[in-house]
Amino acid sequence: MRPLLEKKIPLALVFIIGIIMTLQYFVPHPISQTIYDNSLMWNRAIASMAYIMAVVSFLRFHSRRLKDKNYAPYSLVAILSFAAMALIGFIGGTGSDSLFQKMYNNMMVPLQATTFSLLAFYMSSAAYRAFRIRGVEATVLMITAFIIIFGTTTIGNYVPKMNEIVEWIMAVPNLASKRGIMIGVGLGVVATSIKIILGIERNWVGG
Amino acid sequence: MSVRDFFIKLSKIDRKYIYLVILIGLIIPLIFPPRFPQKMSPQVKRVFEYIDTLPKGSYVILSADYDPSVAPEVHPMYKAVVKHCILRGVIPIGMTLGVQGAGLALDAFTEAERVLEARRDTDYVFLGYQAGGAVVILGLGEDIKSVYKTDYFGTKTTDIYALKPVKNYRDIALVISFSGSALPATWAVYAYTKYGVKVAAAVTGVSAGDFYPYIQAGQFIGMLAGMKAAAEYEDAVNRILKEKGIGKFSTSAIRMMDANSIGQLLIILFIIIGNIGYFLSRRRK
Repeated sequence: MRPLLEKKIPLALVFIIGIIMTLQYFVPHPISQTIYDNSLMWNRAIASMAYIMAVVSFLRFHSRRLKDKNYAPYSLVAILSFAAMALIGFIGGTGSDSLFQKMYNNMMVPLQATTFSLLAFYMSSAAYRAFRIRGVEATVLMITAFIIIFGTTTIGNYVPKMNEIVEWIMAVPNLASKRGIMIGVGLGVVATSIKIILGIERNWVGG
Repeated sequence: MSVRDFFIKLSKIDRKYIYLVILIGLIIPLIFPPRFPQKMSPQVKRVFEYIDTLPKGSYVILSADYDPSVAPEVHPMYKAVVKHCILRGVIPIGMTLGVQGAGLALDAFTEAERVLEARRDTDYVFLGYQAGGAVVILGLGEDIKSVYKTDYFGTKTTDIYALKPVKNYRDIALVISFSGSALPATWAVYAYTKYGVKVAAAVTGVSAGDFYPYIQAGQFIGMLAGMKAAAEYEDAVNRILKEKGIGKFSTSAIRMMDANSIGQLLIILFIIIGNIGYFLSRRRK
């Protein structure tokens, strides 16, 4: 019974829906449009259900960690914070003057922004130690980096045509390399999607 | 100690001194703003002029697909674009594909209410968050009111005055995705390619390079990239506020960009010093 539920039915569903949705894209008939509209609703419903799974998973994970002395304080803070924000949101609402929004603006935003801002310090230290002119390629990389770093400062506005030079570097050499990568990734996505629909790629159901 | 020894020693300096110099370099311009001049870069100009020349009563979707971690860069852009739309009589429809973006977008619209006396459901609409990502983008192309049955505040979207003439992307002049991730590309792939709606991106400086292929292909009309774009847009909106005699200027992005500029110059200086030390130590060997 387990292989049927865990492997055969999901594989069959993906095959049938994958083929139907691929054909649907090319068929402008009203029935095809109805199938498409319904699939969008189904998708949104499934995405919303994923949040319930996420909350259950979060609570289970941290409840287990409460038994571990090393992690218990952190998990307790995580569970209490979750419960507090959820309760405040349910009771007081989430409008612009609500306590929920005030806590979000004055706790969540500064905490996350500060953590991410620490990157500036790590980057400056890493650039100081690792950015060395060791060959021709490294020299080209460094000159380009200097132009981009300087050109993306407001002080760069004092240098004529600086914005245009930065724009050219981003829109020509940078774009060429990015496009090459994107075409490769795109082809990979198409190939993997076909393999999943046809049941050749089965890692997502445990191999 | 010779100059050579000094530079070699400097190139091996403890990282905490580098952190300290960066910290001072960032704090001083925040306390004493140098007010460097703003000059609109080509991509920012394209987005600004596009919104500036839209007919009054046009609709623009502003999707706050970012979270607080990138808020210092992206949030001032969102606030400036919201104000720009309202000042030009364009109706911004706020929404988000990421749950954390709702609070930030709400903050931007609250500021617009305070500064411009904008009225909810008349001068702007805020739909809030909807789960589903790409599916939501596709759904909006069919019927916005079926994807969002109610707005963020619980009002039925069918009852919102400003949304009466809006059905789907055919009624939308532009979509801007504000993000620190790859979500603007998702908008280009699904909203532009399938439904033909104009799309622009507002992203962090580090991720800007990833989106140039979409600009060159015409899938984005323009892009706001990083703190610099935020400062340039904020400055342009301040000029409109000045023209209209509204004195409530916002300078948060401009001040942060001045500090950011000093920080970036310090990084260039560090790289030069590090390389001088590297060369001198190599010659010694």
